[in-house]
Amino acid sequence: MFVTSAYAQEAAPAAAEGDPHAGTAVPAAEHEAFPPFDAKTFPSQILWLVITFGLFYLFLKRVVMPRLGGIIDVRNDRITQDLDHAARLKGEADAAVAAYEQELAEAKANANKIGQQASDAAKAEAEGARKKLEAELEKKLGEAEASIASIKARAMKEVGTIAEDTTSAIVEALVGGKADKSEIAAAVKSASR
Amino acid sequence: MAAADKVDPIHQFQIHPIIPLHIGGYDVSFTNSSLFMVVTIVLASGFLYMSTAGRALIPGRLQSISEMAYEFVGNMLRDAAGKQGMQFFPLVFSLFMFVLVANLIGLFPYFFTVTSHIIVTFTLAILVIGTVVVYGFAKHGLGFLKLFVPHGVPGYLLPLVVAIEVISFVSRPVSLSVRLFANMLAGHITLKVFSGFVVSLSALGAVGIAGSVLPLAMAVALSALELLVAFLQAYVFAVLTCMYLNDALHPSH
Repeated sequence: MFVTSAYAQEAAPAAAEGDPHAGTAVPAAEHEAFPPFDAKTFPSQILWLVITFGLFYLFLKRVVMPRLGGIIDVRNDRITQDLDHAARLKGEADAAVAAYEQELAEAKANANKIGQQASDAAKAEAEGARKKLEAELEKKLGEAEASIASIKARAMKEVGTIAEDTTSAIVEALVGGKADKSEIAAAVKSASR
Repeated sequence: MAAADKVDPIHQFQIHPIIPLHIGGYDVSFTNSSLFMVVTIVLASGFLYMSTAGRALIPGRLQSISEMAYEFVGNMLRDAAGKQGMQFFPLVFSLFMFVLVANLIGLFPYFFTVTSHIIVTFTLAILVIGTVVVYGFAKHGLGFLKLFVPHGVPGYLLPLVVAIEVISFVSRPVSLSVRLFANMLAGHITLKVFSGFVVSLSALGAVGIAGSVLPLAMAVALSALELLVAFLQAYVFAVLTCMYLNDALHPSH
């Protein structure tokens, strides 16, 4: 095996040098050239390479590459589009959050205001009620005092009458006979003084 | 040579006609090499066509492979030659796919490796350099020759530098084709030699079979290496193509 590979290396330059003449001179000798340097096969290989590679090139250029390029472009477009869409949605979400927060702040402020108002109103009402009640109480107190005074006055007046009656009764019982009413009254008056 | 025909590592590179054909004194028979060129383009086209048939927005595995290859070559070309270079995208993509699939098919036992023949890789390299030269002159006219005159070189060095630049440009198709060809050739010969060891040793009885484990392990490892080389060489071929096309687009260094 080493012999044959060594042969290959020796034969290679020889065949390469002999190539220009190989087509005409060598075939008579059954000396086999190293295949890759065998010029007899060159025309066939070149021709078929040109045919096959040419077809391959045309097929790739006309069919495969537009398709692959299209697929990749469509995908890139789609990705850009999706990213844009996502960015827009994110913007919308951010705007919604901002709006929500603003509304929340407004609502809070409103609630505070309403609470304040309610508490103020309640305070004012309570104050009013208290004042009214106080005034009423004051009035009732006044009335009560007035009635006490009148009752007292009446009572005092009646005390005089009772004293006169009592006095006349006592005088009757002690002295016998009726005493003069005006005298009794004057006496009671002077005593109660 | 006849004695070693069973494990002859060169045998796999032989070309034999399937449909003999002669045009104008040239032998242009449809050979096993032609057959595998056809297989290569049918497989590559078929895969690219079928895998993208669904035009899925979310790609499946096969569509992902096609898209990855497409974007991989596209980015490679854009990085090397800029936006203007994208007009050569179909050329670079077909070169990459053709070389890659041809290399991969060659890894199957009994299959012919199209890219293990210097004339195939050389024709592809000439196609690349031809495109560079034709496009370069068509776009820049004689300005394309500035490619050979770098800026900021002192006058007395200029002839030497220009000579070096010209030689390096002329050797490009050679280096481009020989690199691919030699890698495929050497890889397949080595693989065949080690596999041959396994067969020869196994014929020697129990000890031989035990001993053949080593070359077998080597053949397995080499298969993995060759898979890497198949990708790598297709990549290198495409990258260099991109760089040469960049010269055609922007000849002044």
